[in-house]
Amino acid sequence: MIPNSSVPASNPSAVARSIRKSLLRMVHHANASHVGGGLSIADVLAHLYGGVLRVDPSRPNDPERDRLILSKGHTAAALYATLAERGFFPSEWLDHYGEEHSPLTGHTNHLVPGVDASTGALGHGLSLGCGIALAMQRDRRPARAFVVLSDGELDEGSTWEAALFAGHHQLEGLIAIVDYNQIQSFGNVCEILDLEPLADKWRAFRWQVVEIDGHDHDQIAGALARLPAKAGSPTVILARTVKGKGVSFMEGELLWHYRSPDGAQLERALRELDDSP
Amino acid sequence: MRTAFVEALVEVARTDPRVWLLTGDLGFSVLEPFAERFPERYVNVGVAEQNMVGIASGLAMAGKVVFTYSIANFATLRCLEQIRNDACYHDLPVKVVAVGAGLTYGSLGYTHHGLEDIPIMRALPRLAVIAPGDPVEAALAVRELVRWPGPAYLRLGKAGEPVVHRDGLAELPASKLILVREGRGPAILATGSMLPTAVDAANQLAGLGVDTAVYSVPWLKPFDAAAVATLARKHSLIHTLEEGQRSGGLGGLVAETPGGASAPRARLVRGGLDDLCLHEVVSQKAGREANGLGVEAIVEALRKGS
Ligand SMILES: [Mg+2]
Repeated sequence: MIPNSSVPASNPSAVARSIRKSLLRMVHHANASHVGGGLSIADVLAHLYGGVLRVDPSRPNDPERDRLILSKGHTAAALYATLAERGFFPSEWLDHYGEEHSPLTGHTNHLVPGVDASTGALGHGLSLGCGIALAMQRDRRPARAFVVLSDGELDEGSTWEAALFAGHHQLEGLIAIVDYNQIQSFGNVCEILDLEPLADKWRAFRWQVVEIDGHDHDQIAGALARLPAKAGSPTVILARTVKGKGVSFMEGELLWHYRSPDGAQLERALRELDDSP
Repeated sequence: MRTAFVEALVEVARTDPRVWLLTGDLGFSVLEPFAERFPERYVNVGVAEQNMVGIASGLAMAGKVVFTYSIANFATLRCLEQIRNDACYHDLPVKVVAVGAGLTYGSLGYTHHGLEDIPIMRALPRLAVIAPGDPVEAALAVRELVRWPGPAYLRLGKAGEPVVHRDGLAELPASKLILVREGRGPAILATGSMLPTAVDAANQLAGLGVDTAVYSVPWLKPFDAAAVATLARKHSLIHTLEEGQRSGGLGGLVAETPGGASAPRARLVRGGLDDLCLHEVVSQKAGREANGLGVEAIVEALRKGS
């Protein structure tokens, strides 16, 4: 088992700010999209890689490590920024995000150190997590599988196939985190295909539900410190988040699912983050 | 072939603790020998094939070699993207097993006709594709698949197919064609359970003075194109046989082979099915006969063509 040793010194809030700044520079440089969903999950990623996940950047393929599957693969840039922050690969790689021949593809690439699965087609990640958690359960090994889902991908039937399976098999080593930023590709989740009552749905599938503000560091730390939330059950953390969080003109704006900030917008965004508490 | 498959799987699982079996709630009275012997490595995931392949991939990420089991299209097409992205792209030892190939379940209706799987599966990167011709090949295929490091697809018929290799076979090496019957005239290349029909046809042709060779082609990917090119120089006619869509199937493969279609000597006749959408009860036998895959039609084609 990997000791929970090399926890970064910086506090999660500072790490999250650093992830957001890297992410903004990356999408600006690459003229890439999906910045909004990266900003909404940045705080959770900062906590996961800031000491929750039992991972060792010097041994990214250790068979006994915890896994993290970013099932919402379109926010790969936020994961790459987090992994670089944690020391899985040099930060300079981020400067080449989206460039020809860069391994940092627009959706996650499992050949990048620290990336456990290539995703991008929605609705795949929770099944992968089920398989990993099932292997660990049957082998009585302690490694856990964390799966970060978008709210939009809860439309996928395959997600619920996996949810049904995990509840039945009592996969307590499986932790799903929903980045519930309330916006999907075409607009508001509640208008396109409403998920509510979402907590009840997961409970009905025999999951232990933890609802948090996905930008409140105490709440995130609290939820991730007590896992599984209930012995013998998979845990889902419904993290209420704001798409574009941390940049005033991106917050809650569908447009930033697609747009890339220009030079002036990047400067303004970075300034706002530097000035934030 | 189902019985040979599960017996061989139990055999390899006995010595290889990585081997798991998942089913999409199919295989009643077939899979029990594995389930009873290795309950810790067996899961009926329910009627959820997408999840089954995702789970298989996750298990494989954690070091397992995982067989998934269902009927034709459910094992393959229903979860095609999971096979592509999760198993193939990550190059994981996930072995997709489909029973009911071709018109095995002809009378059950169109949903149960496994016709397009070979062209579709062989288009996927890294995925080995094997269609054994008899129970002996099926058992060997299981061993090969465990040895094969990446993802694979195993296409099986049902139970009770005749044994063609009566003297047994030592191995089923990747990509290799298997010579079943020598012959100097035309050659039949048969894949999957068309093999016994090919042998029957060749025996009848011998009585008519047409000395026909028969090759079994269990490996569709990797495929021994060089061997086919050699056969195309040696034989006057090559007749492919498959119970499934011939475009992109074995017929397509041979036609794609340099020297396969336009060889110095051989003509190519591709026996198989074309966009078959049946709307009535059709047994496997009748379905084959109506589409040029019965023994008489094959004999006739080869007698005339050579
Ligand atoms: Mg969303």
